[in-house]
Amino acid sequence: MSWKTWSLKKSVWVFHVNTGACNNCDIEIVNLLTPKFDVERFGMKLVGSPRHADALLVTGVVTRQAAPRLKEVYRQTPKPCVVFAIGACACDKGIFHAGYHVVGPVDKIVREEDPNAIIAYVPGCPPKPEAMISGVVKALSAL
Amino acid sequence: MKETVRKPVLAVGPFHPLQEEMEFFQLTVDGEIVTDIDVRISYNHRGMEGIAETMQYDQIPFLVSRICGICSASHPLAYVQAVEDFAGITPPDRARYVRTIINELERIHSHVLWVGLAGHFIGYDTVFMWAWKYREPVLDLLEKITGNRNNYGNVRVGGCREDIPDELKPEILREMDKIEKKVDMLTKAVLDDPILHARLKGVGTLTKKDGIAYAVTGPTARGSGIKVDVRHDDPYAAYGELDWKVITQEQGDVFAKAVVRLLETSECIKMVREALKKLPGGPIAVEVKEIPPGEGCGHAEAPRGETFHYVRSDGGNRPVRHKMRAPSYVNVPSFRASCIGQHIADVTLTLAAVDPCYSCTERLAVVDSHNSVIHDYDSLLRLSREKTARLKKEIGAPEMRLEDI
Repeated sequence: MSWKTWSLKKSVWVFHVNTGACNNCDIEIVNLLTPKFDVERFGMKLVGSPRHADALLVTGVVTRQAAPRLKEVYRQTPKPCVVFAIGACACDKGIFHAGYHVVGPVDKIVREEDPNAIIAYVPGCPPKPEAMISGVVKALSAL
Repeated sequence: MKETVRKPVLAVGPFHPLQEEMEFFQLTVDGEIVTDIDVRISYNHRGMEGIAETMQYDQIPFLVSRICGICSASHPLAYVQAVEDFAGITPPDRARYVRTIINELERIHSHVLWVGLAGHFIGYDTVFMWAWKYREPVLDLLEKITGNRNNYGNVRVGGCREDIPDELKPEILREMDKIEKKVDMLTKAVLDDPILHARLKGVGTLTKKDGIAYAVTGPTARGSGIKVDVRHDDPYAAYGELDWKVITQEQGDVFAKAVVRLLETSECIKMVREALKKLPGGPIAVEVKEIPPGEGCGHAEAPRGETFHYVRSDGGNRPVRHKMRAPSYVNVPSFRASCIGQHIADVTLTLAAVDPCYSCTERLAVVDSHNSVIHDYDSLLRLSREKTARLKKEIGAPEMRLEDI
C-alpha cells in the first residue's frame, strides 16, 4: 500500500456532486451529517470544493449538461480519490434509463476521463444513510 | 466584446453541499446592491415527460415520485388524480384518508427541513442540526407505512398501495405529540428572537402585487398575503372533510415565509391527528380494468406550491401525453422581484426562502458592474453569516466568533 492510499483511508473528506438526481440521495447525504447518523465522528466531512476532497459522492443520472461538469470536478479532485456512485441512478441510470437527455451512468462518464478511476457503488433509491456508511467503509477497507 | 470584458462571468463552485440547485443565478451588482438577476435552468432536465410516455399507467407513479425527492407524495397524487379524472374512477374513502396522511407527513418533514436550511444560511447551525434531527421520526414513520424513507410511491390509480395498519396508529399519534412540541419550540424561538427579527424582516420582500404578477404558489404566495392553497381552493383527497385553516402572512419577506411554514407545520400535525381519528374502514383500492380514451387534469398542493399534471390517453396502456408542472418552476422567476435592490448578503437567504425544489445543482456567480469583483457561493454564504454576527453585536447579544458559525 502506497503512502498515498494509506493517507486516503483516514478521515475521508467528501465532496457531493449532484448530476441530475431527484434530490433524495442528496438529502440523505446531508442527513449523514445530522445528529442521528453523524458521520463527522469518523472524520468524514462534506467540503465545499473538490480540491479539498478525498472522495466524490456522485448522485443522479448524468444529464448532458452535467457530464462535462462531472468530468471537470473529477479533474479537480486530487488523486488518488474514490468515486462513490450513490443511488440507483448513479449506478445504472435507474428509472431514467430511457431519457433522451441522460448520458450516464456515472462510471461511464468518469471512466472516459480516467479509465483507472476507483469507483464504488451504493445502490438503493435512495440508499439509506446506513447503507451509505456501510458502502464507504467497505470501499475503504478494500483499497 | 467590451461588455464581456467588463462583466466577466466566473462559473464558481458548480456544486455546493447544501443547496444543490441546478439553476444558474447570475447577479449583477452595484457595490453591495443587486441590480439584476439572471436565472438559467435545465441542468437537471431528465426528460420525464418523454419517459412517462414509454411507461404503463401503473408504473408512472414510481417515475413521477422521483421528479423531486421531497415532493414525492404530491406528484404521484396529482398524476393519479388526473387519470382518475378522465377514467371516472372514485377511490375508496380509506384511500383518500391514507393519501392525506402521507401528504401531510411529507409536508411536515419538508417544512422542518427548510427551517433547518434557513438556519444554516444565517449561521445558526444548531437550528440546522436540531431541525433535521426532529424530522427523522417522520421519515421512520413513512418507512413503516410505505417501505421507504423517501420516494414512497404509495398511490396508484384507484387507491393506495400500502395501508396504514391499526397497530401503527398509536405510534403515529405519539410521534405527532413529540414533533408538535419541537415545532412549537422552533416557532417560539423564531418569533421571540430579536436577532432573527432584525435579520429576516424586510429582507427579500415579495409584494402581493408582484406575487400575483409572477403567479407564485405555495408558501411563497401565502407569505405575501395571497390566499392560495389547492387543498382549500379545490379540495382533493380528504382535505374537504378536515378542519384546518390556510395560513397567510402579509409582509412577504423571509420572516413571513418562515412563519407561514412553521405555522403550517402545526396545522399539518393537527390534520394528521384528525385524519387518523376519522380514518374509515374498507378497502384501500378499487380494481381498475382499463383506462378509457380521454384527457384529465389533476393538481395537488406540494410543500412548495401547486403541482399540476395533465394526462391524455388514447385507450392504450400508456399515456400519449403527460405534462407535469412543478411549483418551483413558477416560484423561481419571482427572484427578479424579491432580489433586485437587496444586499448581496441577503441573496442566499432570499433564494432559499422560496425553497426551490433542489433536484438540481446550484451555480452562482456575482458580477460587480464597476470593478468586476466576483463572489462565489461560499463567499455569499459567508457574507450572509457575517451580517448576522454584525446584527447580533449591534443588538448586544453575546458575540459569536466566525469560526463557530
